[in-house]
Amino acid sequence: MARLSAENVELAREIIGRYPRSRSALIPLLHLAQEQDGWVSEEAMVHIAELLDLTPAEVLGTASFYEMFKREPVGRYLLNVCTNISCLLLGGEELLEHCSARLGVPVGGTTPDGLFSLEEVECVAACTEAPAVQVNYRYFPEVTPESADQLLDDLAAGRLDEVVPPHGTLSRVRPPTPTRWAGRGREGLAIPPGGVRP
Amino acid sequence: MTVSDVAPIVSARRDDPAALTIDGYLASGGYEGLRAALARTPAEVLDEVKAAQLLGRGGAGFPAGQKWGFLPPGKTPYYLVVNGDESEPGTCKDRVLLERDPHQLVEGVLICAYAIGAAQAFIYIRGEMPLAHERVLTAVAEAYERGLAGRNIDGTDFSVDVVVHWGAGAYIVGEETALIESLEGRRGMPRLKPPYFPAAIGLYQQPTVVNNVETLSNLPWILRHGAAAFTALGTEKAHGTRLFAISGHVRRPGVYEVEYGTTTFRDVIYDERYAGGLGDGRELKAFIPGGASAPWLFPEHLDLPLDPSVVGPAGSMLGSGAIVVMDDTTDVVKAALRLVRFYAHESCGKCTPCREGTTWLATILSRIVRGGGKADDLELMLDVADNISPPPFPRAGWADRGIEPIAFPYRRTTICDLGPSVVSPLRSAIERFRPEFDAYLALALDPARTGVPVEVNRGR
Repeated sequence: MARLSAENVELAREIIGRYPRSRSALIPLLHLAQEQDGWVSEEAMVHIAELLDLTPAEVLGTASFYEMFKREPVGRYLLNVCTNISCLLLGGEELLEHCSARLGVPVGGTTPDGLFSLEEVECVAACTEAPAVQVNYRYFPEVTPESADQLLDDLAAGRLDEVVPPHGTLSRVRPPTPTRWAGRGREGLAIPPGGVRP
Repeated sequence: MTVSDVAPIVSARRDDPAALTIDGYLASGGYEGLRAALARTPAEVLDEVKAAQLLGRGGAGFPAGQKWGFLPPGKTPYYLVVNGDESEPGTCKDRVLLERDPHQLVEGVLICAYAIGAAQAFIYIRGEMPLAHERVLTAVAEAYERGLAGRNIDGTDFSVDVVVHWGAGAYIVGEETALIESLEGRRGMPRLKPPYFPAAIGLYQQPTVVNNVETLSNLPWILRHGAAAFTALGTEKAHGTRLFAISGHVRRPGVYEVEYGTTTFRDVIYDERYAGGLGDGRELKAFIPGGASAPWLFPEHLDLPLDPSVVGPAGSMLGSGAIVVMDDTTDVVKAALRLVRFYAHESCGKCTPCREGTTWLATILSRIVRGGGKADDLELMLDVADNISPPPFPRAGWADRGIEPIAFPYRRTTICDLGPSVVSPLRSAIERFRPEFDAYLALALDPARTGVPVEVNRGR
């Protein structure tokens, strides 16, 4: 859709300033673009390349390696059903089939109203709460076909808006601009030998 | 049955929401470990951690203090990178620490940064864990506000910045050199070895220590109570405690902290204080002892202690502390296929044996499960596996058949361990449960047959 907004450019510059080398900010900036638009557009990648003094191809090269960056629009809610070993043992595959049938889309598809995208995912570190589902990366443990129906209804009715922000929003806590920032990452200042208590 | 009752070290605050705030954390002894560290020289802190013989809790189990000691003197800046990219199937213990006791990790990061003289620390958190990210970010911000991070920490000349970094979905980034590539804004592909440790050449080509979340979360306790108290727990080679995630066909799946090396698989799988055993009338078929990459173990191995120096020679590994239990309803062919598909999906593509091998294994095993297998497919798969990990491949011994164990680790034709890891579930399942594979192969030869041996358990 779009380049980063003025507000996000400001935030991007602040993020870049936290790293000794600017390219380290690439993944955080791709997340920022995805938060703004719900996906990562070509325009956004070109803009990020400008901000980091990279080529657009370098930005695409990194973006295309990582599962979370969606280079085409996805639904407002990205439903990730885990079918890896612990979830498989407790019905993850059947749950995925159920969600696909219920939403009327194949795995990897998006509902015509743009509300839901469905994905089969690898282990999401919720193995003791299997079978696990993430919606926009928010966890829903021990999901049954019945509770999945309820979950989809609640999401569609907006009843989970406080728990599940739109796709792309990860942390709702903004990194602070610390007043006590040491800023020594580039200098490599070692600790004075013999301890530091004054 | 012996189950140890030692007080938890890293999960003591997991059920205390007050510990999420710095005041609650301080009230429970928080940042005392950091203050104890700052009262000594960095070299003394390093010696303390070396004396504690703290083994890395990420998977490889390398001693943390020794890893720090590899940093070449004078080649500053040094960096500290925290590996919070927990993605090994079956593993969910770092998530507990990140979400439930973020200050403990931040304190551990600061202690390590002080000991090694790091110019900056980066906490790399898996992208799919926004709650963990929010909690750790909040903890870091609070630490800055209270003068416990950033410039002149706790009124000393020690200064270090802590940056919380995002992952974006790639299992391979858990490999420490791939993690560094990712932190540099690149595709997360492992670097060529040698150097074997990023302590020689790491982030921005500078000496770098990469440690796991649980490893660093042990440091506040070690600095508060001393290395001697730590080594008093556990066995001669495995000290302290360790988190184990027990999942699959058990009554009470969960993340449990147990004394290292003294507890057995039988304890944590069957004892009421832990996973509480299998479902009614169900029997154990196999279990994965240390994450998806570990060769499988079987009922006759239940009395092995959770001690890497025992489990390694016995033919597997404790890896990332993930025990996955499969009962007698498990279709091990489908279970193996799911894990093989995982490695095929997550192979970064850098090494040919892994990129091609995992993909072909997934293709061949898929056709077997669909009923289209060919007579020599099992031999074909084992041949592909040998090209990724030259034999002999580690495996558990079967005393009743006179088969000796082959000790861990595996050999490899690849840069990292992802490739050989695909062989673990495949070989384990084929060697132990060959008749089940043969039954699938028979389907292809006689399509009218429907007799696939067992169905995947569909309920609890």
